[in-house]
Amino acid sequence: MTEQLIEAQSLVKRYNGVAVVKGISFSVAPGEIFGLLGPNGAGKTTTILMLLGLSDISEGRARVVGHDPVREPLAVKRRVGYLPDQVGFYDNLTAADNMRYMARLMRLEVEQREPRIKSALEHVGLAEVADKRVATFSRGMRQRLGLAEILMKEAQIAILDEPTSGLDPLATVELLEIIRNLKSRGVSVLLSSHLLDRVQSVCDRVALFSGGKIVLMGTVPELRHQVLGGAFPVEVEAEGDGLRDRLSALPGVRSVEVIGPNQLRMLADRDVRAEAAAAIVASGGRLHRLSDLPSLEMIYSRYFQNQSEAGERHAA
Amino acid sequence: MQRKGSAFQGLGVVTLKELSDHLSGWRMFVLEWLIAITAVVSVYGAIQQIRDSTAEDPFLLLRLFTRGTPLPFVAWLSFLVPLVSIGLGFDLVNSEHNQRTLSRVLSQPIYRDALLFGKFLAGLATIAISLLALWLLLIGLGLVALGIPPSAEEVGRTLVFLLVTIAYAGVWLALALLLSILFRSAATAALAALGLWLFLTFLWAPIVANFLTPSDDVLAALQTQLVLGRVSPSTLFSEIVAVILDPSLRSTQQSIFAQMGFMLLERGAVPGAPIPLLQSVQVVWGQIVGLVAATILLFVTGYVVFQRQEVRA
Repeated sequence: MTEQLIEAQSLVKRYNGVAVVKGISFSVAPGEIFGLLGPNGAGKTTTILMLLGLSDISEGRARVVGHDPVREPLAVKRRVGYLPDQVGFYDNLTAADNMRYMARLMRLEVEQREPRIKSALEHVGLAEVADKRVATFSRGMRQRLGLAEILMKEAQIAILDEPTSGLDPLATVELLEIIRNLKSRGVSVLLSSHLLDRVQSVCDRVALFSGGKIVLMGTVPELRHQVLGGAFPVEVEAEGDGLRDRLSALPGVRSVEVIGPNQLRMLADRDVRAEAAAAIVASGGRLHRLSDLPSLEMIYSRYFQNQSEAGERHAA
Repeated sequence: MQRKGSAFQGLGVVTLKELSDHLSGWRMFVLEWLIAITAVVSVYGAIQQIRDSTAEDPFLLLRLFTRGTPLPFVAWLSFLVPLVSIGLGFDLVNSEHNQRTLSRVLSQPIYRDALLFGKFLAGLATIAISLLALWLLLIGLGLVALGIPPSAEEVGRTLVFLLVTIAYAGVWLALALLLSILFRSAATAALAALGLWLFLTFLWAPIVANFLTPSDDVLAALQTQLVLGRVSPSTLFSEIVAVILDPSLRSTQQSIFAQMGFMLLERGAVPGAPIPLLQSVQVVWGQIVGLVAATILLFVTGYVVFQRQEVRA
């Protein structure tokens, strides 16, 4: 059995007697990208701070890289890189000087510092601005500088808190690419985000948070199966005669309903979008749009819709 | 639960970084100018007065510190040191929150202890460097102006004075640090620190003494004022420097009553005869301990509050 790099067991965090994290358990394997996803205030950042030893654990236990973050926070922090939400730098210092300060705090050997700083800045595309003051940096550049620190540290785990928050689409794509590169270097990544759809593409597994609890956990297809009952809903916008019958005849399609003029909703056992497109075109019809597979956002909201319906049935 | 690893890991790194920030910042530039102006004005004022005094005075160098117009050097310092300490300390911790650098720094392998202690040490070292520069400048200017080399006793007394002034700065720096932990807004912390300084220095003793003593008993009011006044670091500092820089004083009361025109003498004491430095230190030992204890108390209070604070901004 592979040793997990992060293990959280029944973690609870209380502030003034009020629990904000309510007994969560999860683990992260080596080389895995694990997403803690959910709305703001769900307890994601608190969980991260407990794992780093920056906040006390009220109940439960955690192991990070084989160390207890409460008793051995220095051992944990030596092996873990952390990019906080809205990361801050010393604006009066240059990017390289900010990294030099961190390198000294990390106790990197003198001869290792400069090559590592140079290499990390090159990797995130900031080598050109290494000697510019951080005050002039955009939010995206600051996020990349934060990632450069993690690379310089050669951390086994990168913990990224809301890394794409506040970034424009292009900066988001660049950042997600750097996160994928971390994985290719063998770094495990634990990332938190309230922007579910933005980060689902990079995550191997996700845990969906709500009200301090993990309500769903697994790979995105697993969650889709779990919440949507193994069905793949696909919305089709097309013109043509007898499209409903033709689509219903496709193997794996459970049902097809008309939801509007030239709009159909299919429910299938698997991803049948390619066959559906081919069938429409073969019948002489015109295909305008095929929806994506259900996103995490949709799975998340459907989960709560199901919960609420179940609650109403129970009450009745 | 016992934590593993040294609480002081990273202390040197934090201290050097903070010291570098202080020494290269605008605040230090202003501080350097204040030092230079204070030294020149004090020496000039003192020389004007000393010229009229007797050439046989064996403590001429000390007079440079205690005499002068419009204010003697020690009086300048009693105002300057709290202001400089508050100026350096009011945003030490809240600036880390406001710049959102705290969680990033604390996610490195250091404890909070090292961060807080490093910041305090760097602030104190900055003030100590400034005061040392001021001390050397004053003695150098005095040597040039007076043309008389100081005695070992005089240098010893001014050195003790320098150390006491650093301890006095430590109290105000620890207070500013505590307020920078308590208040997230740097402006609020600065205002609170200045308000406390004004209150403790100028209002505390008169207000509380008047409140506690009958208005017709002047001597009782004065005694109460003397005792209560020692809650203020400024009073402690004034009492210490008065005795350390004037070898003829045998008690702190003597200096206060001397200002009122009275003379207090112990049995067998020769009026005006100097006492050795060690005895002067013994006279004000309680006040010195008081300053150091106040620094420790304020720092420990800040430490406890900081340890309990959440890291997230």
